[in-house]
Amino acid sequence: MTKEGGDGLPQAKRKYQLRIPSQTDNLELIREFVSKVARKVGFKDDDVGKIELAVDEACANVIEHAYQKDDKQPIDIVIQIDYQKFTVIITDRGRGFNPRKIKTPDMKEYLAQMRVGGLGIYLMRTLMDEIDFEVKPGKRNQVKMSKYFLDKMSNHPDLKEIAR
Amino acid sequence: MPGFEVARAENGEISVLRLKGYLDAHTAPDLESALQKLIDEKRLKIVVNFQELTYISSAGLGVFMGFIEEVRSGGGDIKLTGMSQKIYRVFDLLGFPTLFEISNEEGLAVTTFSKPKSR
Repeated sequence: MTKEGGDGLPQAKRKYQLRIPSQTDNLELIREFVSKVARKVGFKDDDVGKIELAVDEACANVIEHAYQKDDKQPIDIVIQIDYQKFTVIITDRGRGFNPRKIKTPDMKEYLAQMRVGGLGIYLMRTLMDEIDFEVKPGKRNQVKMSKYFLDKMSNHPDLKEIAR
Repeated sequence: MPGFEVARAENGEISVLRLKGYLDAHTAPDLESALQKLIDEKRLKIVVNFQELTYISSAGLGVFMGFIEEVRSGGGDIKLTGMSQKIYRVFDLLGFPTLFEISNEEGLAVTTFSKPKSR
């Protein structure tokens, strides 16, 4: 694991990490950790709320699905900050799942099925700018989610027009 | 200090649940029990007040989804009221406003129960 500072990382790059047991009781602490860091680097209430919820959903899924409610397993939460974006990486060693099998929901279908775990993934995709899953069941499952500081403004077609 | 509390009040045949704190995968079972208790008592006209709720995740929303069908088929409803913008946004993202009656004020939610349905 990279140490904070002193390892040649540029000043603006920062890393924060938390390892915490897989108990639902800890979701509150996880949310506090993530939102404190998000606020510290300049996100406003609205985005802090989105990041906090996306991370909660990811960790709740780890507890419920990956670890099947075994509350003694580790959840690793790493926050990486660079010039452009705020990235949260959540890692577990439990049972994996195929995120592609969890399709973006049709709301009516949802209601019929009442699949709560799927709601979480839908929220994560909606709330963050980028999301990526890496699943190796029993070894390491990882979800990596990012939010850009400028709301991806530099990629926005209208702004490119203006910049011309 | 507990992270989540449900206070129950009765108003004639209408029951009001006032939520306080945060509603996540840890505290959702508390709300589940409170709703289950109302259903067991056949009190199906339910208003849930979110005024003092500071946070909700999909586990919290899932509770309402889990009960609404049963309550409606028994002739009742679960009406939601007093949400902050932050809480409402989560409901909105998941398409709940088309499924649930959501109003700004508890009084309004209670009134719509008492009035006969007009079309």
